[in-house]
Amino acid sequence: MAKNDILGESLWDAYSNKVTTLMNNPQHQGEITQEEAEGHGNKLIVADFGAESCGDAVRLYWEIDPKDDRIVNSKFKSFGCGTAIASSDVMTELCIGKTVQEAVKITNIDVEFALRDTPDVAAVPPQKMHCSVMAYDVIKKAAGLYLGVDEASFEEEIIVCECARVSLNTLKEVIRINDLTTVEQITDYTKAGGFCKSCIKPGGHEDREYYLVDILADTRKEIDQEKMAKAADAGQKGDFNTMTLVQKIKAIDAVVDENIRQFLVMDGGDMEVIDVKSSDENIDVYIRYLGACNGCSSSSTGTLYAIEAALKEKLSNKIRVLPI
Amino acid sequence: MQVYLDNNATTMLDPKALEAMMPYLSELYGNPNSLHKFGTKTHPGIRRAIDQVYAGIGATDNDDIVFTSCATEANNWVLKSVWADLMQHGDKNHIVTTEVEHPSILATCHYLEEQCGVKVTYLPVNEEGVVEAHTVKSFITDRTALVSIMWANNETGMIFPIKEISDICKEKGVLFHTDAVQAVGKIPVNVKEFDIAFMSFSAHKFHGPKGVGALYIKNSRKLTPLLHGGDQMGGRRSGTLNVAGIVGMGEALEIATTNIEEKMASIAKIRNRIEDELLKLEDVFVVGNRANRTPNTILISVRGVEGEGMLWDLNNALIGASTGSACASESLEGNTVMLAIGADNELAHTGMRLSLSRFTTEEEADYVIEAFKKGVARLRQISSSYAKVQPTAGGEVRECELHHH
Ligand SMILES: Cc1ncc(COP(=O)(O)O)c(C=O)c1O
Repeated sequence: MAKNDILGESLWDAYSNKVTTLMNNPQHQGEITQEEAEGHGNKLIVADFGAESCGDAVRLYWEIDPKDDRIVNSKFKSFGCGTAIASSDVMTELCIGKTVQEAVKITNIDVEFALRDTPDVAAVPPQKMHCSVMAYDVIKKAAGLYLGVDEASFEEEIIVCECARVSLNTLKEVIRINDLTTVEQITDYTKAGGFCKSCIKPGGHEDREYYLVDILADTRKEIDQEKMAKAADAGQKGDFNTMTLVQKIKAIDAVVDENIRQFLVMDGGDMEVIDVKSSDENIDVYIRYLGACNGCSSSSTGTLYAIEAALKEKLSNKIRVLPI
Repeated sequence: MQVYLDNNATTMLDPKALEAMMPYLSELYGNPNSLHKFGTKTHPGIRRAIDQVYAGIGATDNDDIVFTSCATEANNWVLKSVWADLMQHGDKNHIVTTEVEHPSILATCHYLEEQCGVKVTYLPVNEEGVVEAHTVKSFITDRTALVSIMWANNETGMIFPIKEISDICKEKGVLFHTDAVQAVGKIPVNVKEFDIAFMSFSAHKFHGPKGVGALYIKNSRKLTPLLHGGDQMGGRRSGTLNVAGIVGMGEALEIATTNIEEKMASIAKIRNRIEDELLKLEDVFVVGNRANRTPNTILISVRGVEGEGMLWDLNNALIGASTGSACASESLEGNTVMLAIGADNELAHTGMRLSLSRFTTEEEADYVIEAFKKGVARLRQISSSYAKVQPTAGGEVRECELHHH
C-alpha cells in the first residue's frame, strides 16, 4: 500500500468516457433473426459465453456472407456491468466488415484499446479487464461454430494471464532467459499478473488453471535440476571446479582412499573430510585426523603435504588442505 | 432530484446532532481528562451523551458502555479479548458465529483461526436469511467461549432471534456478543430484556457522526483492553476522548429512539410502497418476510439485470443504492448473503439493496420507483437473459463454465 491506495480509486471514475458512453447507449445491442439473415442470403451464427451464475454473460450474433465469410452485421446481448456492455459493443463494432478468419484474430487487448480515450490510458481499471476477455472468448466460439472446428484450435497456446494474454511458453522462457526469481519480476517483464491479478496465486477473484507462483516454482525447479544434471555430468567428466559440493567431497574421498588412507591406517590412524569451501582463488578442504594421526607430529607437515599434493594432482591445483 | 438509499452503509448526520457537536468542535476543545476548566467544561456534554446512550439501549448503571472509534473496533475488541481472557491460557477454544456477519466479525474470526488456533463455527442461515436458534444450541460445546451473532443483517435487514439465542447462551453458560449495528436506532433495542454480555453499535448508522461507536458490557464484566494506554474510560479503552463524536452519538441515539415505533411505522410505510411497486415487475423477488425485517431495508433480486449495471443506471438518475454482488465488489463472488440463503447462483449477481431512512420522503419514493423501473426495462432489453434468438447448436452455455471464473 502507499499514498494512492489510502482512499483507493473510485471504480467508475477510472472508466474511459467511451466506456461510459457505450454503457449508457450501446450501438449494437440487439438481435439478428434467422429470417433476417436468410433474407439477405446470409448465414446466422449465435454464440453464448459466460452465464448469469458467473456474474456476466454475452450472446454474440453474426450475419455472415457465405461467399467470402465476411461478417456483414453483428449484434450482442449482455448480462453484465457497464464495462461488460461497453466491451461487447466495441467487440461487435470490431467484427463488422471482417472475415471470420480475420475476426478470430481480435484479442481482448484490441477490445480494451478500442475503448480508450487516449492511446496510453487504460479504458478500465485492472479488475475489469476480464470483461474484455469475454469478448475475445465469444468470438472464438462463434468462429468455431461457423467454421465447424473446435474453438480450442484457435488458441495456439495456453494463456496463463488472460488480461495481458501471456502464454505459458512465454512465461517459462522469460523466467529462464532472465533467471527470474519473483512474481514481481515476472510482472515487470511480461505484464502477466499486473491487471486483475487472478493468475498470480489461487484465491484471486477467478479460479485459474495455471498460476504464476506455480509456474515460477516449477520452472525454478527445472532450472535447478538442469544445473545439477550439468554439474553431475561435469563431475563424471572429472571437472572438479564445476562439481557440486557433494560430488567434490566424494571425489576427494576417492582420491584419499586410493592414495592416502592405506598409509594412515597402517600407522593406526585415519582422516575425514569435514567441509569444502570454494572461492575464486582457492578450494579449501577442511579435514580432521582420527586415531593415531590425531596429534602425530607429521600430520601438520609431511602427511598434510602428501594429502594436498595428491588432491592437487588428481583434482585441482587450487586445493589447499587445512586440518582442524 | 437526488435520493440517498444507502442508509445501511452510512447515514446523513442529523442536523440536531450536528448542532450539539458544534461547540465541541470549536470553543470547548479541552481534554476531558485535564484538571483545568478547559477540560472540565466538556464534562456536562459528555455526561449528557452518556445518559442518552445508556437510555437509548436500556443499559443499567451497573453496565459499562465504552466509546470506541467504530463498531469494527468494538467487534475486534470482543473477539480478540475473549480469546486473550478465556482461550489463550484457558480451556476454551471455540467461537460460534454465522456465515452472514459483517467482515469485522468474519475477518477477525479468520485471524483467530489462523493465528491463534481458535475453532470457529460459521452457522448457515435459512432461506429467509435468518439463523435459527436451535442450530445455535446444537453447535455449542463445553469448549465454546463465545457466541457472536448479529442482531440484524446489513444486506437483508433480517432480524435474528436474539431473545432465544441469548436464552440458550445463558442456559449453556456461554458469553453472548451481538453486533447490533443495524438494529440500534432502527428497531427497539433494550439490553435489560436479554442476557447479552457484549453489544457493539455505531453512531453513523443512526444519523450520528462517523468515527464513533460503542461497546456495551453487561455488569462491567472484565475484558482485556484492545487499546492499551492512558486511563481514559477507566482504562478500558485508551485514547483521548472523541468529545464531539460522543456528544453527537448521544444526541443522535436519543432522537432515533424517541417514539421509535412511530418512526419505524413511517419509514416502513414508504419502504413498503417502494417494495410493492417493484414487486409488480416480472421475475423479481425480495429477500425475507417484512414483519421480521428492519423497516428501512429492501434486498431485491431482478432477473437478467446484473447488480452493478443497475447501480449504474440508478446512479445516472442520482440515486445512491448498493449491491454486494459480482462486478461491484473486488471479488467476483456473488452476493454472499444471497448465496448463504441458498438463492440460485444466478440471483447472487442480481441483488440490489435499497435502504431508507427517516429522512426519505414520499416524493423520493415515487422518483425511485420510476427510475428503478426504467433501469430494469433498459437493462433487460440489453440482457442476454431476455434474448429471443437462441444460440446456434453447439453455441450454448449451460452453467458457469468460464475457464477464468
Ligand atoms: C452489521 C455491521 N457491523 C459492523 C459494521 C461496521 O461499523 P463501523 O463502520 O462503525 O466500523 C457495519 C457497517 O458497515 C455493519 O453493517
